[in-house]
Amino acid sequence: MKDPVKSRPFAAAAMDNVLNPEGFSGVVIQPSRGWGGLPLGEVWRFRELVFFLVWRDLKVRYRQSVLGALWIIIQPLVTMAVFSLIFNRFLGIDSGNDVPYPVFSYTALLPWMYFSNSLSRCSNSLVGNAALISKIYFPRLIVPLSAVLPGLVDFLIAFVILLGMLLYYGIWPGWAILTLPLLLLLAMITTLGVGLWLSALNVQYRDVQYITPFLIQVWMYATPIIYSTSRIPERWLWLYNLNPMVGVVQSFRRILLNDQSFGGVSWPSLAIALVILVSGLIYFRQTERIFADVV
Amino acid sequence: MSAVAIRCEKIAKRYRIGVGRHDTLRDQIAEGVSRLFQPAKGGEAPGTLWALRDVSFEVQAGEVAGIIGRNGAGKSTLLKILSRITEPTQGRAVLFGRVGSLLEVGTGFHPELTGRENIFLNGAILGMRREEIQQKFDEIVAFSEIERFLDTPVKRYSSGMYVRLAFAVAAHLEPEILLVDEVLAVGDVAFQRKCLGKMGEVAGEGRTVLFVSHNMAAVQALCTRGIFLRKGTIWFDGSINDTISTYLRTLEEIPGQDLAERVERRGKGALRLTRVEISEGETMPAGILAAGRPAQFSFYLTGTRSDLTCTFTIYDQYGKPVANFNSATLGPEDVYDAAFGPRITCELDELLLAPGRYRINVALTAGNELEDHLEGAAFFDVDPGQLRGRPVHAHSKYGVVTMPHRWKVPLDL
Repeated sequence: MKDPVKSRPFAAAAMDNVLNPEGFSGVVIQPSRGWGGLPLGEVWRFRELVFFLVWRDLKVRYRQSVLGALWIIIQPLVTMAVFSLIFNRFLGIDSGNDVPYPVFSYTALLPWMYFSNSLSRCSNSLVGNAALISKIYFPRLIVPLSAVLPGLVDFLIAFVILLGMLLYYGIWPGWAILTLPLLLLLAMITTLGVGLWLSALNVQYRDVQYITPFLIQVWMYATPIIYSTSRIPERWLWLYNLNPMVGVVQSFRRILLNDQSFGGVSWPSLAIALVILVSGLIYFRQTERIFADVV
Repeated sequence: MSAVAIRCEKIAKRYRIGVGRHDTLRDQIAEGVSRLFQPAKGGEAPGTLWALRDVSFEVQAGEVAGIIGRNGAGKSTLLKILSRITEPTQGRAVLFGRVGSLLEVGTGFHPELTGRENIFLNGAILGMRREEIQQKFDEIVAFSEIERFLDTPVKRYSSGMYVRLAFAVAAHLEPEILLVDEVLAVGDVAFQRKCLGKMGEVAGEGRTVLFVSHNMAAVQALCTRGIFLRKGTIWFDGSINDTISTYLRTLEEIPGQDLAERVERRGKGALRLTRVEISEGETMPAGILAAGRPAQFSFYLTGTRSDLTCTFTIYDQYGKPVANFNSATLGPEDVYDAAFGPRITCELDELLLAPGRYRINVALTAGNELEDHLEGAAFFDVDPGQLRGRPVHAHSKYGVVTMPHRWKVPLDL
């Protein structure tokens, strides 16, 4: 009753080159072993998708909100106002030198908000794009990668406001301002590194959704946003300085407010940021193969 | 000499069911602890399911192959593996050429974005370059017939418009190998025909197409070759007509009277179908129906619930749906009584089917959840009969429905 399986004979493997004279232009699909390396070529081929995902995020974020893109500056400005009122006026925390507290906190809030907003977006990125992941192929790295990029636009807009504030307070940053992109890059590396871990873990363990906001909150207290580093006891500084965001925020203040040269990023913290990024990449690549089945 | 476009070698895919889905850290820790105390036993771990096993085949460049099989036979898993969405557990596949896959219409559409914006976004997601989309933009818009709403957010679109736009984008993807999963099951009939035409065009241009569908007519029209998957393996591979007839024959193999034993089913399973009885009436012999006579479909369930809905669809021997019955659409003659027990019955006063062989698919839902869905839950033959005094003969070539009617003829008798 049952028909035997009829299957066509395989062409000899040696035929491949004959069939594809220009060289092999297809894909080989097989179970992967190890972490499979960095698919940079693949990501590059899909660069337009990165662009469109970032563009989608920017376009959609403030649709149907009355204030629209104004939210990009309202958020840091209001936070700055609250901090100035509560921590500076009421609790007496100051900048540790003659820099006015509002601009002191706003300067720190710029890289910090980039970090915290991008990190929470990144950690939800895979779960939020579950429909895409289970229906379309593209290098999965694109998803967390495109989650850390829109924040740069917000950063730039908020940065223009900062320049206005500096002008108002009569502060003139020096040439060291040109090194800011490097600091931003460090913030991005840290965000992406932690974000890769969280986004991949989130696919399997939804606990991450509860951990992320909490992690960001704790991280903020471990970074000199509200207070100045001079408040940290000397003997704990080595530990404190391991936090890559400490170096980023500290250097932002140095360069923009205190007109000092580039510095404040400790080598160990740089190493830690890189270790998080590389380990995040490895973990992401290793778990990536089950995303579509589990998400 | 024709070239190979797709080659699969012993592809297998294992899923762990119930494990690994949305579990929390606590479950993982608990499981890890229990594993410490129970050393691993040999053999298959419980809760594993082989969705595919030893699937090997080759598709030549320019060939249009249809993959058919019941739900759960592994068709979609196969396409997911070939489109690199999920990895095979074992085996290897090689695809020669640019691959485009269309597993769902409208993936990546964002409701807040306008039609125009979504064309670009969706195009990029499907792997088109920006210049490519720009080039084909007018064609896409014309195909989708939504010119007037290009700048409206798609969340305000009707579902028909949405599907049309989504298909239009996907239809203009021009890969060398196209993998398509059941996307024609959407939209209105006219648009479906248009999509089918477009697919035929793609096939005609010498591209390789792998096409999954339940719509036998569409498969038959488009494909030259058929691959019939059953229980995760290739059951039959040959010309499309042979494959379809093999498939339809296996649907008729009565897999034990007890439907509760069937594993090829979907749904949560809190409620299940155990038996279907089809007869002319309560005291009549089962399985025998005649055109124009009454008919009764009884569904025996494992239990009952107040929000239970029973839906069933009658299919003809070519796999085309003929009629759908849904207990959620209320009629004045419906009767409700707890005394019916775990059994739901649908009575027809006169059966308007032409003589032939039919099968039914049954779905049970409770609330908004699908509890059970069975394909080929029952088969029945309709014998020639009489419809309001007019004989209904057996020739199913011209349609499968019969209707009461009268003629007015310019003749004196």
